[in-house]
Amino acid sequence: MNRDFYSKLIFELSQPGRKGYKIPENHLPEVKLPENLKRTSKLELPEVDEPSVVRHYNNMSTNNFGVDSGFYPLGSCTMKYNPKINEEVAAHPAFTSLHPATPDKAVQGALELYYTLQCALSEVGGMAEFTLNPYAGAHGELTGLLVIKAYHNSRGDVKRTKVIVPDSAHGTNPASAAVAGYEIIEVKSRPDGTVDVEDLKPLLDDTVAAVMMTNPNTLGIFEKNIPEIASLVHAAGALLYYDGANLNPMLGMARPGDMGFDVMHINLHKTFSTPHGGGGPGAGPVGVRAGLEQFLPNPRVVKNSDGSFSVISDKKSLGSISAHLGNFAVEARALAYILSLGNQGLKEAGKLATLNANYVKESLKDVYCLPIEGVCKHEFVFDGLADKSTCVTTLNVAKRLLDHGYHAPTIYFPLLFHESLMIEPTETESLQTLDEFIDVMRDIAREAKETPDVVKNAPLNTPISHPDDTEAALHPIVNYTELTEL
Amino acid sequence: MSHRYFPHTDADIDVMLKKCGVTSIDDLYADVPEQLLFRRDYNLPDEMSEKEVRDFFNNLGKKNDDLVCFAGNGFYDHYAPAVIGSLIARSEFLTAYTPYQPEISQGTLQYIFEYQSMMCRLTGMEVSNASMYDGTTATAEAMMMAVAHARKRNHVLISSTVNQAVIDVVKTYAGYHGVEISLIDEVDGVTSRDSMNQLLAKGDVAGVIVATRNRYGIIEDFAGFADDCKAAKALLIMNCVALDLATIKTPGEWGADVAVGDAQSLGIPLSFGGPYLGFFCAKKALMRKIPGRIVGATKDKDGRRVFVLTLQAREQHIRREKATSNICSNQGLMSLYVTIYMSLMGAKGMSDVNRQGCDGAHYLAEKLVATGKCKLTFPNRPFLNEFCITTSVPAQKIVDRALEEGILAGVQIAEDRLLIAVTEMQTVKEMDRLVEIVKSL
Amino acid sequence: MKIYYAPSHEYIKVDGNVGYVGITDYAQKALGNVVYVDMPEVGDEVEAGEDFGAIESVKAASDLIAPASGEVIEVNEALADNPRLVNEDAMNNWIIKIELSDPAELDNLLDEAAYAKVCEAEH
Repeated sequence: MNRDFYSKLIFELSQPGRKGYKIPENHLPEVKLPENLKRTSKLELPEVDEPSVVRHYNNMSTNNFGVDSGFYPLGSCTMKYNPKINEEVAAHPAFTSLHPATPDKAVQGALELYYTLQCALSEVGGMAEFTLNPYAGAHGELTGLLVIKAYHNSRGDVKRTKVIVPDSAHGTNPASAAVAGYEIIEVKSRPDGTVDVEDLKPLLDDTVAAVMMTNPNTLGIFEKNIPEIASLVHAAGALLYYDGANLNPMLGMARPGDMGFDVMHINLHKTFSTPHGGGGPGAGPVGVRAGLEQFLPNPRVVKNSDGSFSVISDKKSLGSISAHLGNFAVEARALAYILSLGNQGLKEAGKLATLNANYVKESLKDVYCLPIEGVCKHEFVFDGLADKSTCVTTLNVAKRLLDHGYHAPTIYFPLLFHESLMIEPTETESLQTLDEFIDVMRDIAREAKETPDVVKNAPLNTPISHPDDTEAALHPIVNYTELTEL
Repeated sequence: MSHRYFPHTDADIDVMLKKCGVTSIDDLYADVPEQLLFRRDYNLPDEMSEKEVRDFFNNLGKKNDDLVCFAGNGFYDHYAPAVIGSLIARSEFLTAYTPYQPEISQGTLQYIFEYQSMMCRLTGMEVSNASMYDGTTATAEAMMMAVAHARKRNHVLISSTVNQAVIDVVKTYAGYHGVEISLIDEVDGVTSRDSMNQLLAKGDVAGVIVATRNRYGIIEDFAGFADDCKAAKALLIMNCVALDLATIKTPGEWGADVAVGDAQSLGIPLSFGGPYLGFFCAKKALMRKIPGRIVGATKDKDGRRVFVLTLQAREQHIRREKATSNICSNQGLMSLYVTIYMSLMGAKGMSDVNRQGCDGAHYLAEKLVATGKCKLTFPNRPFLNEFCITTSVPAQKIVDRALEEGILAGVQIAEDRLLIAVTEMQTVKEMDRLVEIVKSL
Repeated sequence: MKIYYAPSHEYIKVDGNVGYVGITDYAQKALGNVVYVDMPEVGDEVEAGEDFGAIESVKAASDLIAPASGEVIEVNEALADNPRLVNEDAMNNWIIKIELSDPAELDNLLDEAAYAKVCEAEH
């Protein structure tokens, strides 16, 4: 990273008369729109030349930290290496130039790509069919819940108005259920962090549409009662939803479909290595067990008996949740990853992710508070420093890590502990990287005791430090016009 | 363990297992019930080399036709400067997560701030969020926001002339969330103001959705709509094709409360449907109701101007049971495409692109009508770079015949209707070829 | 004026048939720096147990639940410009003033001692 902050905005580089484009000209007679339909206000965009634009954004990128910059132990986000071949195939002109409304016969390659990935995900998830249309994990959750609603509606079973969510769930679970028009019922965790079956039982009745779970859960702990939970849920006539955010450690080891889940989503930007892009685009394909395929969103891609592919719509479908077939270029990347890893590589990825997480946990649990002992899967949660006599918080530890060239772990989530510090190393980190990280974490724990002010004032070494969040929220300045009016 | 993406040697694994107090990695899965363990191979190919992966996609690519594109229907074949591809590949942008740690994310935060600034100016609005999935979902989010804003009113109107994909997605979201949707009638290809006012008169309407460029490519006249909506206390939501707004009257100028739509037209490749970018802009009064994230400017402890995610308390992870949006991401990298596109093109470049498309579309429309095989479906309505023709031969026949000649003639929206778009990318020669094909049928 | 408390951390100070509703000192401390108060309009009806607005700090947002039913007769405009007044003195910077429609509802609320126990239990 460039440690000098380059803060000029593109608007501040503008000079009247500069331009950065040349478009082809057809030299046809000019046609004018009626005056009343024309824009009258001046559109004040920057006027800049091409070299200035390149230098501006290039410099800006150096104030950013990505997986390619260094270790990114962000819990629940699966920040694994993003292979470069993925980018190459996603940028292939034979795909980037395709208009989504092109007739099927002219896009057989694209449809085959979609179908091939759909089948690969079904195999990995243990499901009958996937839709790749949802644009992100949260969008997948919503889609999955709408599949469930369409299923119950199709049976005339309309009294199911509730969705049960564990208290350790990702915040998007209840939000997705609310957007899908459900009432949310929370089920408590036991001291070991897993869902309490006894607490769940009385909640299950004929008003419950679904139970949403992730396995391993957000503490990285495998819900070993899942077969019992699945049969209880099914006995109550409800469906079991799998939040695929934590799928990575289960690769090659166990499949959600075999665990008894009926509907699931997968975050291609987590388990299947597509880049996070600073917040998107991702993709959240949704899979269903046999018998629920017809409720998947329109449009769907099917393979015909002659080996060709078609885009179809089904009347029983929940409807459409996207304009077309989802984030196609993200889907291409995920397929490239699956082909690059192959059967054997996929089976190793999950195990190595779990090994890395347990190694870091075991190496730090004497100096950080491990509230739940035992093996974890891809991630685990510390409840702050073991030594509670210092006034150093999880936030301080996270910020001090930035000084050492690491991204921070996920902090203050899950909400089960006051000082949650959630670490997910992923399988693409080496033993050397983990050892260096462990050393730094131990140094910070020591600093917390010996020189707590250093930790409390961190970061000291980043391009900017201690932005005033309160002022930003009290008097929001959300565009350049407001900035210039100050 | 020998895959090129995994750094682990056998010796490394031994060291790590020892630390964990187990003898094999499988021991770390001892808590998974035996009957759940996946004991076979995946029915997937073996590991491929990079060359084989490349060949695989090249082969798939060959099964797609390389076409001259006259299709639009919301998504357009535009020129994208090479600079965009080069800059978005910067791995500091590409491989970063959401900018939750502002100290090491100023790159992402700053371009989003620039994006928001440009989108406000383009739409004539005061606030923009950091972007959403696409134009259809952004419009559905606007519908949900209107209902949340109105508190007790639960009815949203959408014009029949809005793009069908947008109507479909809005209806899906509304149907399951318990929002009532009514369609405003279409008269001669545009939204009927009378029909809207009849529906507004019920007094239960939270929002009204119309499109500045409608499903026939028509640029609609919304004079008086904002006043009608204001009188009924309903939010006026305009769905737009982003690039159009450099030329046509903006939602801000029409007096709309919310501007939404797709920004694929601003430098994003067609890529068979995505990723694209949904924009969401609004009047300042609605700032704290807008779904998704927003970047704001503030100062750091040394007084530097810096950027942070702000108004985060609105996000669903806090008021989660009452959420009216579950979005917890944006289209980060796609907003960088759009920002770089607008930086390079500027207002002049964007209006040049619109002029080229407009001139081309009118040229092509005139030539097509002159063949006698079709007429303009709405001859008295103004359009920019997209128009609808009613054909005397089945539209399907035109599409099929053109495909044989390497041309995507347009988007068929009815048996005898074809929606045709022209951008700066098609030459006069290519337009003339399409005309010849139609003439020959 | 008699003060009643709700377990959701709102108070209502009652003066005859008029109630002043705000959030408690405990609630403002838990929220941290208040940056925005979303208030209803004068003339709106609020219903006991239903939300009438929201209060936001930098990191958290919380619904405001009406401790009693009635018509909003005034909102505290000072909070629009300076929401941090809630942090400075929560008990005196009320959020809305309502005309009570059913004073009997007040009997369902807590007194100071009972409310203190609620806070104690949450801590």
